[in-house]
Amino acid sequence: MVTASETNAVLPTADLQRLLDALSAKGYRVIGPMVREGSVVWETIRRVPDLPIGRRDQQEPGRYRVEQTGSSEIFGVVHGPQSLKPFVFAPREPLLQIERSKDGFTTSPILPEPDKVAIIGARACDLAGLAIQDRIFLNDTYRDPYYAARREGLFVIAVNCTRSLQTCFCASMDTGPRAKTGFDLALTEVDDRFLIEAGSEAGRDLLSGLSLPPASEDLAGEATRRIEACARNQVRQLDCSRLPHALYEAHEHPRWDEVAGRCLACTNCTMVCPTCFCHTVEETPDLSHQHSAHPRLWDSCFTQQHGYIHGKNIRPTIKDRYRMWLTHKLASWIDQFGTSGCVGCGRCITWCPVGIDLTEELPALLAPGVQPSIASQQMDNA
Amino acid sequence: MANPYVIHPATIVEKIQEAEDINTYRLQLVDEEARRQFRFKAGQFNMVYLFGVGEVAISIVSDPDGPEVLDHTIRTVGRVTKAIADLQPGETLGIRGPFGEGWPLEEAKGRHVVIVTGGLGCAPVVGAIEYIFRRRAQYGSIKILHGVKTPHDLLYRERFDHWRRAPDTEVLLTSDQPDKTWSYHIGVVTELFEHVTNDPAKSIVLMCGPEIMMRLGVPILLRQGIPATAVYVSLERHMECGIGLCGHCQMGPYFLCKDGPVMRYDRVERWLGRTGV
Repeated sequence: MVTASETNAVLPTADLQRLLDALSAKGYRVIGPMVREGSVVWETIRRVPDLPIGRRDQQEPGRYRVEQTGSSEIFGVVHGPQSLKPFVFAPREPLLQIERSKDGFTTSPILPEPDKVAIIGARACDLAGLAIQDRIFLNDTYRDPYYAARREGLFVIAVNCTRSLQTCFCASMDTGPRAKTGFDLALTEVDDRFLIEAGSEAGRDLLSGLSLPPASEDLAGEATRRIEACARNQVRQLDCSRLPHALYEAHEHPRWDEVAGRCLACTNCTMVCPTCFCHTVEETPDLSHQHSAHPRLWDSCFTQQHGYIHGKNIRPTIKDRYRMWLTHKLASWIDQFGTSGCVGCGRCITWCPVGIDLTEELPALLAPGVQPSIASQQMDNA
Repeated sequence: MANPYVIHPATIVEKIQEAEDINTYRLQLVDEEARRQFRFKAGQFNMVYLFGVGEVAISIVSDPDGPEVLDHTIRTVGRVTKAIADLQPGETLGIRGPFGEGWPLEEAKGRHVVIVTGGLGCAPVVGAIEYIFRRRAQYGSIKILHGVKTPHDLLYRERFDHWRRAPDTEVLLTSDQPDKTWSYHIGVVTELFEHVTNDPAKSIVLMCGPEIMMRLGVPILLRQGIPATAVYVSLERHMECGIGLCGHCQMGPYFLCKDGPVMRYDRVERWLGRTGV
């Protein structure tokens, strides 16, 4: 691993197409943020104007808007609903080809086709999420061959954040706003220039091919100042210092009832989360009942079926499921994987239709509980 | 590393009806190489697959010394098990496994073994009992306490009779809804816990069944001086992948398909009985 400071350069924003072309020349399909139906999604990027130039996203609990700014800023949009997760842990993918035969069946794995994908515009929180998913799918007791195959072809160009959303709290989670590891290249947009840094051999290789002049100390300093200001401007934070135990101890806290009264169990938070990894496998034979692709799809702990076991449900109520999700994300994840399951991206806050905010819920759950009756009265009066 | 999702076809060589809605399927892997390589520990489970229907986690009840034929006792209770119930010998199921942590049978050597089971919970421990009997001299006394709701729920009746006749072995059965045919104890299994062992410090407990039995029963055993670190419980949750990745089987910080299903009591004590865990 190369440290960022070993290789850096300056790239005028007007020359960004050179980077896209260099990636294409190396056989990468370039994916970047693109405005679609009022949101920003990952799409194939061929030309710089495909990117959301002159746009900014405004995010608040339960609210997402993409606005025109009229500026020439290229990476003004921080993020859309998708993290990097769908590129490595596919929302739906076949696992096996199962063929019925006269006296039984045969199975063979369907591994993803090798695909070189370069993603431009990943944020530090997304990289932190990717690192956590790597830990789960590649470095646990079992190695997931499907994840491994997708991960191998991935080239990541991070963009350091110089603007925080209302919903961001990566600074308090120590995952951003600067991308520290896990990227091949990192860009920091400073007016009409990018500071471009290599974070891997592949990144350094690509960067040297661009023959760019080294970045001045002034540019690097200005980039750092803007990233630091971005961290200071974050209005949300999460204090995880008492976790996991304090949340384990809060299992009977009345706040769970209160938040369950607002939660719709819609699963949005788990779908947009960069780290949620629950999945299920479907057995879906074709109409001839001769072939089955045995697909794996994302699951959510908010569904009825998640806790089902022969005739009963371990988590029948929304309270049980919200508690499962938050306790897993912030507490038991630490015991399981040595890290929080939260990277501070704020997506679960934005994309929650009723704006449930875990940075509000956690402190409330760790504070001494009030009587549920009083809490509900306060709700009624609000 | 081998792809942990690959399913190996297995032929039903025998189907034994244990009760109206419970059958034991004796399965043999079709692929000779897979059959030769298959090794398991008592208490581990397989994902059993039926084409077009899906998979279900089922513990292996047969003797780990004879892994050529794998016995799975299945209660007809859900979508997959209902479809499996229609199958007959000669038909094909699939197997992925074995998965999970089994019973601590090495650690149990030299100790008195107390086995406490309730209902169909006795299935995952049957292989462990067979294993111990094959190495009888290496273990102390054996006490098997088994509770059922009704006499109708008593499976493996002839095995209990067989074990009862073995030296230095005690088998106590109880039913809390007995009928006239019931000649054993009446009540719940925890009522059999008085003096389960004369030497609690040198005893080990293997427990399997409803969680309420563990929650109410284990404290009684601990009061008799059996250390919490010598009590093992086999736990059940929704298991889909068997490899700790799909997320369904969590109990607190544990993935029961990978860290369990057999867990040392002191590790799970705080999670047992918590609602929604």
